[in-house]
Amino acid sequence: MLVGIVFWGLAVVAVAAGAAVFVVDSMARATYALALSFIAVGVQILLLGQSYLGIITILMMVMEMAVMAVYMVMFMGMNPALMPMDMTHGKKTAIGASAGVFVLLAAGALLVPWPERRGAPPEDLTRALGLEIMGEKMLVMAVVGPVMVATIVAGVVLAAHRTRYDRLGDDLRRRPADDPQPGGVGR
Amino acid sequence: MTLEAVLVVAAALFAVGLYGALSQQVVVMVMMGLELMINGVLLAAAGFWWFLAPDPSGQVLLLVVLAAMTVEMAMGFAVATLLHRRRQTDMTDMAEELSR
Amino acid sequence: MAESVVTTVPGGWAVLAGILLCGLAFFAVALDAALSARAQGTGGGWGAPLGRAARLLRQRRRSTVAADTLLWRIGGAGMLVGAFLMIAVIPLGEWTLADLDVGVVWFNTVDVMVWALVWLAGWGANSAHGLVGGYRFLAHGVAYELPLMFALVAPAIAAGSLSVGEVAAAQDGVWFVVWMPVAFLVFLVGVTGFSVWGPFAPALAADIGGGVLAELSGVDRLVLQAGRYLFLTAGAAFSVPLFLGGGAGPVLPGWAWVLVKSVLVLAVLVWLRRRIPLLRPDRFMEIGWVVLLPAAVLQDLVVSLVVVWKG
Repeated sequence: MLVGIVFWGLAVVAVAAGAAVFVVDSMARATYALALSFIAVGVQILLLGQSYLGIITILMMVMEMAVMAVYMVMFMGMNPALMPMDMTHGKKTAIGASAGVFVLLAAGALLVPWPERRGAPPEDLTRALGLEIMGEKMLVMAVVGPVMVATIVAGVVLAAHRTRYDRLGDDLRRRPADDPQPGGVGR
Repeated sequence: MTLEAVLVVAAALFAVGLYGALSQQVVVMVMMGLELMINGVLLAAAGFWWFLAPDPSGQVLLLVVLAAMTVEMAMGFAVATLLHRRRQTDMTDMAEELSR
Repeated sequence: MAESVVTTVPGGWAVLAGILLCGLAFFAVALDAALSARAQGTGGGWGAPLGRAARLLRQRRRSTVAADTLLWRIGGAGMLVGAFLMIAVIPLGEWTLADLDVGVVWFNTVDVMVWALVWLAGWGANSAHGLVGGYRFLAHGVAYELPLMFALVAPAIAAGSLSVGEVAAAQDGVWFVVWMPVAFLVFLVGVTGFSVWGPFAPALAADIGGGVLAELSGVDRLVLQAGRYLFLTAGAAFSVPLFLGGGAGPVLPGWAWVLVKSVLVLAVLVWLRRRIPLLRPDRFMEIGWVVLLPAAVLQDLVVSLVVVWKG
């Protein structure tokens, strides 16, 4: 009973905060509304018995939104943007499409005869998850790892505006490198 | 708290995110919409796991969803930065040739 | 779940835990004030923070044009609340408030909250100086957070558990600080980092008119300042179960040893503040990624090898 009340309370927070992202005028408020939505979902995942994944969701998303806020301010350039704005296109189509998708998904959720629960959760879930990642499902993680590395490299390549020739000269011999921002270890 | 309840909430999150991803003009706001959609997927996956088949291997799926979310963010930021530098814009409408 | 190594006490004891945290934090403030007074050659100093706090309580709130008050207040008050959330998983000897099976990750989550809170406190005032301070903190955050995360991994690997109580219990005989000193140092760097304190205070530095603190006045300023010291205290206390053997020690009972060790770590941190210069974010960024992060990862590798070798 209590779990049910908490769940619905969190559900309202999650969806309302999610909607607020596209309603509020301030970039900071939009970003942190999304963070709040993620925190609510993280706690719901905790309620669903998955302590590690719930907490890690909150951890990652708060961090991500802190960085997101920086990008919002950097790109939207209307500091501090407590002024009304409407930067949308095709609003009617979007509302129609999303309402249609919601009806479809919700109807599916309510009408599909879901099978009975099979099996029971292991006693120490976090340990079981760790053993799973390091055992049977290691291939998944072995794929995710390189994908992450590739993402880091690709992200830096796309975003950086200086190449090694800018840093080290045409023959790559200049030492120390010519950086706009000198680092702390004196490379 | 039943599977149906969890899925309806997840569907609502997904729909709100879809609205944002379709309607917003600013790249970063589109990304927020995508994040919200993945948020819904995450909740639905957690619900399926708990109510249908609570064995540890299902949890790996949630980890993969989280990983997908970080990849999406990182690449989104990188492309947004590149777009901003080359075009001085942050609007999706100004980057139409990316769709051709 | 296996038999728990710590006893979970009823929620009412949280009040006592909170009082203990406040007491330790006040000790840190008073020690810092006393050291300052000695450095300046004036006497006393222990009571000075009380006077400053009383003055802030009486001060009227200043407000700025078009401030985002909601986010501003969340930023300040969150710092105060966060530290209390952090200590919930620290076992005091054999008692703990919450025996989470992922206590170490819980700690990490709360310290990541600080990213958001400090930035919000800087943003809310609608002042350029505050925002610059918030950005400086995020830059520091990017540099200290990853090494801190990998430092937290080391004791968890060695104990084979993410539960703080079990990590403390696993140090039967040899404390983790003995064979993972690098992780311990990186952890302390992280603690000062998320407390926006000492060498990590450029976000509040005088060259940007106080940064995040620039427009904060009265109670709000007091709350944020207290939050920083509470976080420092909570971080120092967390190093005890993680690296310093928890409640292990001769003669005294476990809870007393936890307090004694926390006070010692805290005192060393406060004393060190005068010995280490302010770390500029742009400089520390490279130190964090090029020195601290590989060092922490190597430490994890060594710990893993030892664990595998011992079977």
